[in-house]
Amino acid sequence: MTGLLEAQEISVRYGSLAALDGVDLRIHDGQRHALIGPNGAGKTTLLNVLGGSTRPHRGTVRFDGRDVGRLGPAARARRGINRIHQRPAVFPTLTATENVVVAALPRVIPRRRWWPGGRRRAAQRLAGPLLDQMGLTAVAAVPAGHLAHGQRRQLEIAMALAGRPRLLLLDEPAAGLSAIEVGRLVELLQALPRAVAVLLVEHRLDLVYALSDTVTVLRDGQTLAAGTPDEIRTSPLVRQAYADGVA
Amino acid sequence: MRGEVIRRVPGGIAALVLVGLVVAPWVVDDYTTAILARTLALALVGVSVALLTGVAGMPTLGQTAPYAAGAYACAVVGSRVSDIGVVQLVVAAAAGALLAALTVPLVVHARGVIVLMITLAIGELVVIVLGRWRSVTGGTDGLAGIPPVRPFWGLPALANDQARYLYALVVVAMLVGAVLVLLRTRAGLVLRAGRDDETRLRASGHRVALHLSGAHIAAGAIAGAAGSLLVVAQQYISPADFGFDTSALLLLGVVIGGTASVGGALVGAALVIAVRDWLFGVLPGHAPLVLGALFVATVYLLPTGVNRARGRLRPPNAPAPQPDQPAAHDQTTVAELHR
Repeated sequence: MTGLLEAQEISVRYGSLAALDGVDLRIHDGQRHALIGPNGAGKTTLLNVLGGSTRPHRGTVRFDGRDVGRLGPAARARRGINRIHQRPAVFPTLTATENVVVAALPRVIPRRRWWPGGRRRAAQRLAGPLLDQMGLTAVAAVPAGHLAHGQRRQLEIAMALAGRPRLLLLDEPAAGLSAIEVGRLVELLQALPRAVAVLLVEHRLDLVYALSDTVTVLRDGQTLAAGTPDEIRTSPLVRQAYADGVA
Repeated sequence: MRGEVIRRVPGGIAALVLVGLVVAPWVVDDYTTAILARTLALALVGVSVALLTGVAGMPTLGQTAPYAAGAYACAVVGSRVSDIGVVQLVVAAAAGALLAALTVPLVVHARGVIVLMITLAIGELVVIVLGRWRSVTGGTDGLAGIPPVRPFWGLPALANDQARYLYALVVVAMLVGAVLVLLRTRAGLVLRAGRDDETRLRASGHRVALHLSGAHIAAGAIAGAAGSLLVVAQQYISPADFGFDTSALLLLGVVIGGTASVGGALVGAALVIAVRDWLFGVLPGHAPLVLGALFVATVYLLPTGVNRARGRLRPPNAPAPQPDQPAAHDQTTVAELHR
């Protein structure tokens, strides 16, 4: 059985430092996979490689059966790989609705293909329900730069979903959120369409266990362990790695 | 109540300016009317500068290049092929767009000050070519004796300054209207998003370079059309009309007007050109000095432009920016141009 995403033997070097050293990763359709590990383990670097913003020195990335190794972030987004950044990346001068419309445009399917304004209208139709789902209807007409941090995070998730993703790359989505906002975020992520696969990078293990079916543990750019959350929780190897990482 | 009044201020000013522009030729003398017509052409180039600088985020000193291409194409066609205004406009816009398309590979991957330098070089190169290519452009002597234009088949030739001014006014109004409509479409939305955060736009799957190329070519077409208006207004052109001082004045005007505002660009560019022409009479030889001082004052006193300063009169019920975030920029600031 082939996966939706298959990364093999990924290596990235910064000078003499090996940020990633021969890492393999496979994600199936609809799978919820978490990537954990101590600081400097290479989690964000791996996300960058999968999202197309970092070119690996070695290794291949295949998505939906095709080699996407040479494609940049835009081309990968058009194929269905969408990313949510550590700091919410939104368009500050555009309203929340316009943000979602812009994100939806590249992958939207207009009802009448050659009708002027058809794509925009189709994107607009997507935006309303998505903002509603994220609880942002009240601020739909507010410029995104005026939104609170937590709202911007929700807006970014709406934007990612507007791009009809098949794989969502989430880079520490809970960073900077209050306890209440984290609770809301977990609800939103649990309610994601089942067809969307998720790769989550997160420090907070409670979130990882709540949101993922499978977990990969990275350490010093290498895969330390992989398995279900229960297996990872009880693995002495992982406990040891985290103890070292914190110390 | 106060908020309502403030919201209506720009519309009120625009209406007043429009009325003033329509009645102007009956109020002022012929000489001033001719200057006004020429100013309209430059203000239209200012709109193309604003489109690139403020909306697309590509600050430019090179819009005189497509402006010149349009003007010379119009002059050659006007002298040898057709005196019909619509034909000349289309040819001029096509020439401007073509020149812009040729320079796309040079500008579209650069950012900030680098774009300024590259576009400056393109503008200067075009002026040099105009001065050397004597068989077509008449060299530094320019092209004179271009026959008066007929706006459309069956209409009389525009024989006086008032008629030529009104022709320019109608064309500028139509093109500015078209730009305003364009900015409300998908293309305008994507351009504004790209100016906010290009990396984010790319992450959503947009072909950013393609959007920027489209904006560059469209701005070239507008500047080219403006070149045709200059020919109609002056019936004479020379490389001196397209020098660095013109580029710098246009950018100054657009910065003063607020880079992302089409109306602001029109007013700002017109204001700067008017000040230059007026100073030329009052303080002969010192106009560049005064304009330089004006530029410095603008950068220090209104780093985001006059139009932005108006935004400080925010209606009391408008949402305030979040304290942990810098206020959202709805325009490219002068500081950003220097990044």
